[in-house]
Amino acid sequence: MTAPALKLKSTPLNSIHRKLGGRMVEFGGWDMPVQYPAGTVEEHVRTRTHAGLFDVSHMGEIDVRGLDAVAFVNGLVSNDASKLVDGQAQYSALTTPEGTVIDDLLVYRFAEDHLLLVVNAGTTDKDWDWISSHRENEDIELRNVSADYCQIAFQGPDALGILQKLTRLPLSEIKYYHFREGEVDGVPAIVSRTGYTGEDGFEVYASPDKAERLWNKSLDAGNFGADDGVLACGLAARNTLRLEAGMCLYGHEIDETTTLLEANLGWITKLNKGYFIGRDRLLKQKEEGIGRKLLGFEVTDRGIARDGQDVLIDGQRVGQVTSGSPAPFLKKNIGMAYVPVEFANEGRAIEIDVRGRRVGAQIVPLPFYKRPKQ
Amino acid sequence: MANVPENLHYSKDHEWVRVEGDTAVIGITDHAQDQLGDVVYVELPRAGDEFVANESFGSVESVKAVSEIFTPVSGKVAEANDSLTDEPEKVNKDPYGDGWMIKIKMSSSGEVDSLLTAAEYEDFTKAENE
Repeated sequence: MTAPALKLKSTPLNSIHRKLGGRMVEFGGWDMPVQYPAGTVEEHVRTRTHAGLFDVSHMGEIDVRGLDAVAFVNGLVSNDASKLVDGQAQYSALTTPEGTVIDDLLVYRFAEDHLLLVVNAGTTDKDWDWISSHRENEDIELRNVSADYCQIAFQGPDALGILQKLTRLPLSEIKYYHFREGEVDGVPAIVSRTGYTGEDGFEVYASPDKAERLWNKSLDAGNFGADDGVLACGLAARNTLRLEAGMCLYGHEIDETTTLLEANLGWITKLNKGYFIGRDRLLKQKEEGIGRKLLGFEVTDRGIARDGQDVLIDGQRVGQVTSGSPAPFLKKNIGMAYVPVEFANEGRAIEIDVRGRRVGAQIVPLPFYKRPKQ
Repeated sequence: MANVPENLHYSKDHEWVRVEGDTAVIGITDHAQDQLGDVVYVELPRAGDEFVANESFGSVESVKAVSEIFTPVSGKVAEANDSLTDEPEKVNKDPYGDGWMIKIKMSSSGEVDSLLTAAEYEDFTKAENE
């Protein structure tokens, strides 16, 4: 056990997490619950079968207003922000001139002159500096509004029903990757049909001074404590849920050394939309072909692959695990890794160097888990 | 509070030892399993493997992390609890009973005397958490 570093940032729900028995850890400079007494496995499975509630208030928010808001942002991100309509959200990435990733983010469009960028906690300051430094004489106003919002994620098949008890917004009418502004528990909020678990669900943004009440009301509405009720979920379950769903985590699958095309993020890389930072390099990489590729694997021997371990093919070290973990719902040990494209075919047997022991695994299609269609 | 039975010896790496004649039964403490969270994988040595005190004899993994397990005493493994292969959750449910890990035939009986008593181990974990 190491003592926490000084001056960790805390979300408005910090004391609630402690009261609930959350085990607190440092994450991206924040003091966050990694799990609650129910444990990661139960939190993960409950989110897949009923519902999970996650405090994601550590995420950063950058507000962009002005007539040039869309054009300005579109020059910095890989997806096409000009395609957004009011009330729509888009998964995107801030790119370097090399086509690698400064951060992945959600772009929300409130109006043609108003976007909100939701970025990762640990990269908020870096993103802010990067975005501000590209400002020239556009008609825009940039504000780091991270402290103005708490964010609570309702995820899982029961999430809609639980959240609906707290709002008059017609939740079933909100389409995936769309949002509405309204009231939740009588408090102004943004309700977005998005998430990071592979389940249906919503992310609710509200004023931080309302966070505790909103959290407690949500647990009550979801029958927290019952075997089929909502569970408060920590960062460990958030990580295993996103991994099963095959989603990238910044600092693991993507960072400033990986390009979007290598990370299977070609679908958010709109090379025909016009200029954005890194476009030329990505175009060139698309023409020439990528050298390595992110893939999924399932461990076939006994053992658990972990982040940073080497991948071997025919005895040669060819890549590294970016995320490796037990998958609590699938009950398998899975992971993602970069390997040279010539080896990256599904079904191929690979090995993972698990602390000196070579453990067999097999390349499988991503995502590992896809929720059943309703 | 974590359960710390009186009749056991404890290491600063959070293992417990129960002496049965010249055999030491070894596992991890209630405090250790609580800190780890859900145990999903346990790797143990085979009978006949030899270890010296403070050497790593295996590992225990939760969803989030891997922890090595160290033997507080030297000797030869007489038996490993192979049932943990299929039921690693026993380590969480019954760390001092069904969740035991190995039995070691001790080569030096004096080693247990240098381990912590229950009261000393309790003080140690308190100090570690402060």
